[in-house]
This record gives sequence, C-alpha cells and structure tokens, in this order.
Amino acid sequence: MEPTNNMERGPALQASLGRRRKGEITERVAHGLFLAAALVSVATTVGIVLTLFVQSVGFFSEVSPWEFLTGTEWSPILKDENGARHYGVLPLVAGTMLVAVIAAALAIPTGVGIAIFLSEYAPDRVRKVLKPAIEVLAGIPTVVYGYFALTFVTPILRSIFPELIFFNALSAGLVMGLMIVPMISSLSEDAMVAVPRSLRQAAYALGATRFEVALRVVFPAALSGIVASFILAISRAIGETMLVTIAAGATPRMTLNPFESIQTMTAFIVQVSLGEAPRGSLEYNTLFAVGLLLFFMTLVMNVIGSITVRRFRESY
Amino acid sequence: MTTKPETSTATDYVLQARNVAVYYGGFRAVKDIDLDIPRHQITALIGPSGSGKSTLLRCFNRMNDLVTGSSVVGKITFNGADIYDHAVDPTEVRSRIGMVFQKPNPFPKSIFANVAFGLKINGFQGDLQEGVERSLKAAALWDDVKDRLHDSAQKLSGGQQQRLCIARALAVEPEVILMDEPASALDPISTLKIEELMRDLSANYTIVIVTHNMQQAARVSDRTAFMTMDEDRAGYLVEIGPTQEMFTNPRNERTEAYITGRFG
Ligand SMILES: Nc1ncnc2c1ncn2[C@@H]1O[C@H](COP(=O)(O)OP(=O)(O)O)[C@@H](O)[C@H]1O
Ligand SMILES: [Mg+2]
Repeated sequence: MEPTNNMERGPALQASLGRRRKGEITERVAHGLFLAAALVSVATTVGIVLTLFVQSVGFFSEVSPWEFLTGTEWSPILKDENGARHYGVLPLVAGTMLVAVIAAALAIPTGVGIAIFLSEYAPDRVRKVLKPAIEVLAGIPTVVYGYFALTFVTPILRSIFPELIFFNALSAGLVMGLMIVPMISSLSEDAMVAVPRSLRQAAYALGATRFEVALRVVFPAALSGIVASFILAISRAIGETMLVTIAAGATPRMTLNPFESIQTMTAFIVQVSLGEAPRGSLEYNTLFAVGLLLFFMTLVMNVIGSITVRRFRESY
Repeated sequence: MTTKPETSTATDYVLQARNVAVYYGGFRAVKDIDLDIPRHQITALIGPSGSGKSTLLRCFNRMNDLVTGSSVVGKITFNGADIYDHAVDPTEVRSRIGMVFQKPNPFPKSIFANVAFGLKINGFQGDLQEGVERSLKAAALWDDVKDRLHDSAQKLSGGQQQRLCIARALAVEPEVILMDEPASALDPISTLKIEELMRDLSANYTIVIVTHNMQQAARVSDRTAFMTMDEDRAGYLVEIGPTQEMFTNPRNERTEAYITGRFG
C-alpha cells in the first residue's frame, strides 16, 4: 500500500493516507462509544425487568398468579369488613384501561385531525406557528395537568353532570387525552409530510379534491407512522402517573363507569411507595407485581403496534 | 373501449392557449404562448431544459394551481370553454384532462386499487372490476398483470409502473392525456412500448407530450412545438408544425440549430 513509485505524488499521497488512518481511529472510537451507549440502555432495560421479576417472586410465592390476574377485588393494604385482604388486580387494570380509553377517544380523532390540517391544509405560515404551539402542550409537567383536571375540568363537568364524583375517571381521562394530543398530532404529521409529493400530484391529476388526497392517499400511505403514534400515546397514557394520582381518586373499583372514582395501576404504585408498608412485606411486594404487569401490558401494546404497522404498511 | 360521442365544436382543436404567461412569484417562466392542440393527435413539446415545457403543460389541467405563488394569465380553452373561469372546478378539469408524470408514481396500493382510485373518486357507477380491466387492457398492461391484480404496484418494473399510471389516467376517461417526459426514466425497450401505446391511444385520445428526446418526438408525434428562452429566461414558443416538416425543414433557424444540435 506504500506509494513508493511516484516520487512527486508520494508525500501528498502519504499525508492523505495518514489522514485516513486518523479518520479510522475516530471511526473506531465513535463506534465504540455508540455501542456502549446502546449497551447501557439495553442493560438498563434488562436490569429493570430482572428487578421486577425477582421482587415479584416474593409476592407470587404467597399469592397465586391466577388469583392475582383474575381476582376482581383489590385490597392488599386494608382488610375488608371480614378481615381479609384481596389480591385481584383487575380493578386496577380496569381503572387504567378506562382512563386510557377515554384519553384515546379524545386524543386520536383530535390528533389526527390536527395532523391532517397541518400537513394538507395549513399554509406554511400557519404551520410554522401552530406546530410548535401544540408541541408546547407536551412539555407541561404532568402535575400541572393533574391540578388542571382537578380544579378546572372536574368542576365544569360536575356542573354538567351533577352525579359526578369529585375524583373521577372522566376528568382524568379527558385531560390525559389533551396531554397526549401533541404526541399523536406531531408524529402523525411527520409521517404525513414524509409522503412523497409525487403521490399527491398523481391523485390531484385524477381529479381528487384536497380532502380525497388527504384521506385516500396521504393517510393510508402514512398509516404505519400514524398507528405508531397511537401506540406510543396510549402506552404513555397507561404509564402516566401523576395526573391520575391527583385527579382520578384512590378507589380500586371494578367498573367501566367514567363518573366514578377509580384507581389506576400507576396510582396504586405511588400509594404503596409513599405508604409505610415495610420493605419485603407482602404489601410492599405488590408494588412489583403490579409494576411487572404494567410492563407486560405496554410490551404487548408495542408488539401489537409493530405487527399492525407491518400489516398496514404502504411503503413508498 | 367505449367510443365517446363526438363533441361538436366549431373547431377541430381540443385545447387552445391564447397569450398565456405563467409566473412563479415575480418570475415569469413562460410568455406569449399561442398554441392549438388538435383533437386525436399527438403534439410534442420540445425545447431546452428550463424553457417552460412542463410549466405550460401543467396549465392545461390546472396543476399549476397547486404551486403556491404561481399564477397563469391569458386564456386557455378546453372544447371552447375557458378552464380558468371562476365558475370552473379545477378537479373537474383534471378528470377530463389526465396527466402522466416523468417518474412513474403509482400509489403504494395494489395494482387494482391504483386503477380503481380514479373511478372511485369520480363517482363511477358501473362495475369496478370491469372498469379496471378495460383500463388495463387499453394501457396494454392486462396480460402482464391479470393474474396478480392484488399485488402491490411497487412490485412492477419501471415500464410496467408507467403503463399502470397510464391505465390509472385512462380509467377516468379523459379526453386529453398530458405526458411530461413519460419515458425519460425508462429503459429503451419500455420506452418503445410506451411510444407504441401512445400511437394506439391517439385514435381515441388527444395527447400532448413533453420530451427532451428528439427521436422520440420524431417517432411518435403528429405535430411538434419548439420552445426556447432568451436572457430573461421566460420560455416562449418559437414555432409549431407537422412533425415531418419540423424535422426536415424547420422554418426558424433556432429550431434548426436546436434540432440538428440534438440529433448530431
Ligand atoms: N414550482 C416552481 N417554482 C418556481 N419556479 C419554477 C417551478 N417550476 C418551474 N420553475 C421555473 O420555471 C422555469 C421553467 O421550468 P420548467 O417548466 O420545469 O421547464 P422545462 O420543463 O422546459 O425544463 C424554470 O426556470 C424553472 O426554474
Ligand atoms: Mg420539464
């Protein structure tokens, strides 16, 4: 590889070869750093899962997984009137899903509507102002959303529905929906903007209206990205803690009635973490069992998400 | 093919441009265009890159409306009716005057869905299956794809994709098909197939084709229009005439220089 034959070009060539070697070192260092970063996050995930598993073992040695997963009564801390505790997690799951479904019902149509407006209708000037303005919503601390639900939305809802309990799933769900709108609108818009202009032109040239172009060409072509945004947003809604702890109540209840007070899985975890259950006790270990279930729920969501995305993919 | 009832207009011209100019913001891209497109013939637009051929072509189906900041002045009529009249719906214009683009741009859907698209959005009442089959046959693609109509259009070769785009345009039953360098992204054999198809289609359709390929214009078109531009970069029409004449005996020396330059 030594450039010995050509005396004239020799030094220059050697210099450039030297540079290449230096570049190679940079490449290797960068490669190593990035690999290390990737390994750290993988290790963290593995660590969390292991912790959840190991800590749950204590819980599941006393409560059967069957009882945990199918029981419809949850009172692991307080004894009921007969002096018994119950370890059926379904009320917490129901509470979690109730809030998530209300949130999704508000956020999906709103978010997709905003995305379609921004990507297909809004003039550049409007988009440049509106998009960051909506994204600001995502940066508001969740505790603020919690008190917004409790002190602003709940009173309004109660003036419409007098039978509404003060801590309720509806208010928390609606505000949660508001909170995840930017996630859906922003990611969906990115997916829609990425659809090639040539496809829009093809549709317009066939006599399509703007609405038909948006709905029949851009939306399906961007569907995988749009569905991905739903999954992310719903996972976020399932995992969100502060808002539901503040506004939805602390009453594990096997109900799908949004007017009632409920407790979500995350809110329960907070309750135990802040309570005085001694470390290693059964009460304390419920925390990890619920955490593990939460982890699996979001995992399943993500798997379903990627399967859906692959199934509906219109690749261009 | 269903034969269309012959529209009886005083003239034989489907499209007529009178004193047309197009602006992109403050920039005048084409000027002083007077051009008549005769029915059921193939008119080729040739000229150097940037002389406004695509711009002019897009005026005929109001695709320039989609470019923000663009404006078209002058008058363009389709069967005698001003297509830029305020009462005219541009989507209606585009369903009567189809367009095929330089790069094949099938939707990321099945072959069937691509052709059915235009039928659906234009409120087609008949049998969808039949409409799709008819269009694919008219575009000489039926035999290639009849066994895999529900495969993705993306699996087709470039030439097949372009014929699919032609089928998709035909499904809407336009009177005119505008083609902007429809074969420039294709290999020579696919190009010949497209040209052959154009000749077949010209029995029932009026075709305007932009091409930078002289041989193609000479092979395929009945009439050729030559556009160029000066220092102000505003494209204009130098001359138009029967293709045979333009290539053997151009009246204008710029046409001659361009043609001989490009052939030589
Ligand atoms: N969307 C557009 N916005 C601004 N200028 C454009 C646009 N499209 C074309 N132009 C300009 O108009 C002139 C003619 O372009 P075009 O019609 O594409 O020419 P041709 O097809 O003959 O190569 C060029 O100077 C080009 O830069
Ligand atoms: Mg062009």
